[in-house]
Amino acid sequence: MITIRINNESHQLDVTDDMPLLWVLRDILGLTGTKYGCGVAQCGACTIHIDGIPTRACQLPVSLIGDRHITTIEAIGNTREGARIQAVWLQNQVIQCGYCQSGQIMAATALLRDNPNPTDDDIDDAMSGNICRCGTYVRIREAIHQAANNA
Amino acid sequence: MRKPRDIGAILNRRAFFRGTLAFGGGMLLSGMIPGLPGAQADTKGVFIPNAFIRIDRSGGITLIMRHAEMGQGIYTGIAMLIAEELEVDLEQVTLEAAPADPSRYTDSAAGEEVTGGSASTRDSWLPLRQAGAAARIMLVAAAASRWNVPPESCAAQHGQIIHVPTGRTLSYGDLAEEAALQKVPEKIILKDPSTFRLIGTSPQRLDTKPKSNGTAIFGMDVRVPGMKIGRIMASPIQRGRLISYDSVAARAIPGVVDIITLQDVIAVIGDHSWAAIKGLEAANPQWDSGPHAAVSTKTLMDDLRRASDRTGLVAKNTGDVDAALAACSHRIDAVYELPFLAHAALEPINTTLHIRPNGADVWVGTQVPVRARQEVANATGLPPEKIAIHNHVIGGGFGRRLDSGSIGQAARLAKQMPYPVKLFWTREEDIQQDQFRPFYYDRISAGLNKQGRIAAWKHRTTGSYVTARWAPEGLQNGLDTDTVDGAVETPYDIPVQRNESVQCEPEGLTTLWWRGVGPTHNVFVVESMMDELAHLAENDPLDFRRSMLGHSPRGLKVLNEAARKSGWGTPLPSGHGRGIALHYSFQTWAATVLEVQVTDDNAIRLVRADTAVDCGPVVFPDAVRAQIQGGLIFGLTMALYNEITVTNGRVDQSNFHDYRMMRINEAPDIRVHLVPDLSADIGGIGEVGTVAAAPALANAIFAATGHRLRKIPFLSQMAGKSA
Repeated sequence: MITIRINNESHQLDVTDDMPLLWVLRDILGLTGTKYGCGVAQCGACTIHIDGIPTRACQLPVSLIGDRHITTIEAIGNTREGARIQAVWLQNQVIQCGYCQSGQIMAATALLRDNPNPTDDDIDDAMSGNICRCGTYVRIREAIHQAANNA
Repeated sequence: MRKPRDIGAILNRRAFFRGTLAFGGGMLLSGMIPGLPGAQADTKGVFIPNAFIRIDRSGGITLIMRHAEMGQGIYTGIAMLIAEELEVDLEQVTLEAAPADPSRYTDSAAGEEVTGGSASTRDSWLPLRQAGAAARIMLVAAAASRWNVPPESCAAQHGQIIHVPTGRTLSYGDLAEEAALQKVPEKIILKDPSTFRLIGTSPQRLDTKPKSNGTAIFGMDVRVPGMKIGRIMASPIQRGRLISYDSVAARAIPGVVDIITLQDVIAVIGDHSWAAIKGLEAANPQWDSGPHAAVSTKTLMDDLRRASDRTGLVAKNTGDVDAALAACSHRIDAVYELPFLAHAALEPINTTLHIRPNGADVWVGTQVPVRARQEVANATGLPPEKIAIHNHVIGGGFGRRLDSGSIGQAARLAKQMPYPVKLFWTREEDIQQDQFRPFYYDRISAGLNKQGRIAAWKHRTTGSYVTARWAPEGLQNGLDTDTVDGAVETPYDIPVQRNESVQCEPEGLTTLWWRGVGPTHNVFVVESMMDELAHLAENDPLDFRRSMLGHSPRGLKVLNEAARKSGWGTPLPSGHGRGIALHYSFQTWAATVLEVQVTDDNAIRLVRADTAVDCGPVVFPDAVRAQIQGGLIFGLTMALYNEITVTNGRVDQSNFHDYRMMRINEAPDIRVHLVPDLSADIGGIGEVGTVAAAPALANAIFAATGHRLRKIPFLSQMAGKSA
C-alpha cells in the first residue's frame, strides 16, 4: 500500500510503484481535472503541484512522492494565488476548449506565487511547457499581467 | 458586389440540401423552426415549445444545444440567440447537449446534425431566435389567459411575464403548464436589433467556469459505474493485420482484465489506464505489412506530381487563359505545396460505451452525433433508436470529430465486453492514426498587363477529395468544390481566369477536413501569388491589392483597416518585415498584417498580427476576437512547423516532440479589429483566423529576407537558406 496526500486528504492506494500519479488521480481517485495530453511531459496538461512546485503528473511514479503534498486543479482555488488566477482567467475569457487549461492554471498559479510581478520573459519561462492547441496564449499573458497588477 | 457563395466542405451539403428542402419563401413561419414538434405537455407539466427549450414548473429553463462546444464558444452564442427572444437572462438557463435525433436537430442548411464549416451561428441566427420568440409568445398568451387580459398588455422580461398596466407578474415556471397548452404561433416577429440586450455583447462564457476548476467532463473524463478502461492500437499501416501478440505477458501486468482484437486492431483492457498502457506494451503486437508497406512521402508526392499533369475538372473558366498568359510581358509560373497535417487536438480520441443485448449508451465528444449513432448501430446490429449518444464538451475539434470512424472501431471492440468500457488512443495513436488534411500540389501561372494589373490567372490544384468520402452527394458533377474554395472566387478583379481540380487520393492514408478547409489551402496559394505579382509589378503589396478590389468594397475596407492599425508602410528595424493577406471565407471578410523578425541565424520571430474582420452582424464580439487570435496561432503553427510524412507505409511523427505545437514564447501579439457591416449576411468565424496565417507569414518572411517560400512548413526550409 502507498499513502499519499492530495488536496489535504490522505489516500491509501493499492497500486504498483511505477503507476504515474496522473492515472492515480484520474482513474483511482476520480480527480479528472488533471488531463492526459501526451504522456511524455511535452504538453503540460497534467500539471499538478508537489509542495507548490509545478510538476508533470504523467511522468511521476506514485511511489516517489512520499510525504510531499499534492495539489490538483480541483483544490487550487483554495489558495490565494490559485483563486486569483482562476478569476482573471474567467474575466479575460482565456479559456476555449479548456482541455489544457487545468495545466495552464496550475503553472500560472505557481508563477504568480513565486513572482508577484512577472515580466513577459518570466511568463514565457514559466508557461512555455504548457501547450494550448486553441492558441489562447495572447490572453494567458494578459490574464497573468492582470493578476499581478491587482494582486 | 459579388454574391456570397456557400463554400467549404460542410457547405457543399448546405448547397445540396438548400435545393432539396423547401421551406417556402416565408421568413417568419413557425414551420421554419427546426425540429418543431408542436407544443406538448407531459404529466409533469413541462413546457417544451420546440426542440431547443424546456421550462419546468419549478422555473428551470433548459436550452438544448445541437452544436458541439469545442472551444469556439458556441454554447454561449446560441444561448444568447435563444435567450434574447425568450427574454431570459443567461444566469437563468441551464445548457444540455442535444441527443442524436435527426428529426429534431438536423441543421436545415447543413442537412444533418453537425457542427462544422464555421456554420453554427450562421445556421442558428434566424431559427433559434425564432425558437425563443415562439416560446415567449406562448408564455405571454398563457399569462394573458390566466389574467383574462389582452396579450398586448403583457410583456416578457427576465423570465417573467408582467401585466404592464397593473404590474402583476408570473414567472415562466408558474406558466409552464398553461403555456404548453397554447397554440404554436404562426407568425413570429423578431426583435428589432436596436433593442437587443444580449446579442452584440460579450457576456461571461457559460462553459468556462467548470473548465477553470477541473469539473468540466470531457469524453476522456467520463466515469461510469463498473467501467473498465482500454487502450487501442491499430495496425500502423492501413490494411495491415494483427498476426500475433503476447497474451501471457499482457495478462501478467497487474490490473489487465481482457485483450480484445479485431482483424487490424488490438485493445488491452484494464482496471485503469496504466494497466491498459503497460498491458499493450507487454502484448507487443505484431502486424503484417499489408498492401501499403511501400508507401512513402516520395511515392505520394510522385503520384501527386504525375496527377497534376492532367487537365482537371474545370471549376471556373473565363476567357482563353492560355492565350491571355502568352500575351503577358511579365508572368510567374509557380508550384505551391501544402503537406499532410494531423489535427492534434489536445484531447486524444476516446469513446466510452456500454453495449447491452437490447441497447447501448455511448459517451463521447462528437461533431456528428447521428453518424456516431449509426456507427454503433452498424457495429452492433442494434437499432439506432436503442442507442443513446451522450455528447460531451470536446477538447479541441478542428475537424477531427467530424469523423465517426473511431466510434465504430470502439463499438466493434466494446460489443465483445459485457461491462462498460472507456477506450482511448494514446497521443501516438492519435497522431499516427489520424485522418489527415490532404497534401495539395498546386500549379499556378499568372501574368500582368502593361498597367501592372493581373491579366490572366490559371490555377490547378491536385489533392484528395474529402467530400467524395464524407459526403459524396455534395460533389458537383464530380468536383469537390472544397478543393477550389478560396481559389475560384478571389477578392480581385481578374479578367481571364481558369481553375481546375485534379483528384488524387493518397495510397494508404485517409483524409479529412481540417480547420479552415479549402480556404486554408487556397488562400495560401492565392495570397502568396498576389505578393509575388506585386513584386513583379514593382508595386507595394497593399497598393497592388487595392488596385483590383473594385468589386469587393468590404474587402477594401478590411484591407485598409488592417493596414492602418498595423502601421503598414512605417519603417521597421533591420531584419523585420510585414506580410499582408486578404480573404473572403465562410461569408466573412478578413485581412491580416503580420510582422516578423528573421534573425541572422534564420530564426523566425513572430512579432505582431493585426486582423480586421467584417463578419456581418456580430453575436458575441469577444468570441470573434478569441477565434481570430486562436485561429491565427493554429495556422501559424502549421505554416512554421507541421507536416506528416510517411516511411514504409508508416507515419513518421508520433508526439509533440516531432509534431511541434506553438508555445507561448513563440506566439505573436494579436490585435483584432472588428469593422462589421451590420446589414450584410452573417458570416462564420471559427476557421477565418487560420486561413490568413500561412500567406501572411510567407509574405512577411519575403519582406524581411527576399526568400519566397512556396512550400509549407517554412521553418525547415529557412534552416537551409543563407541569411
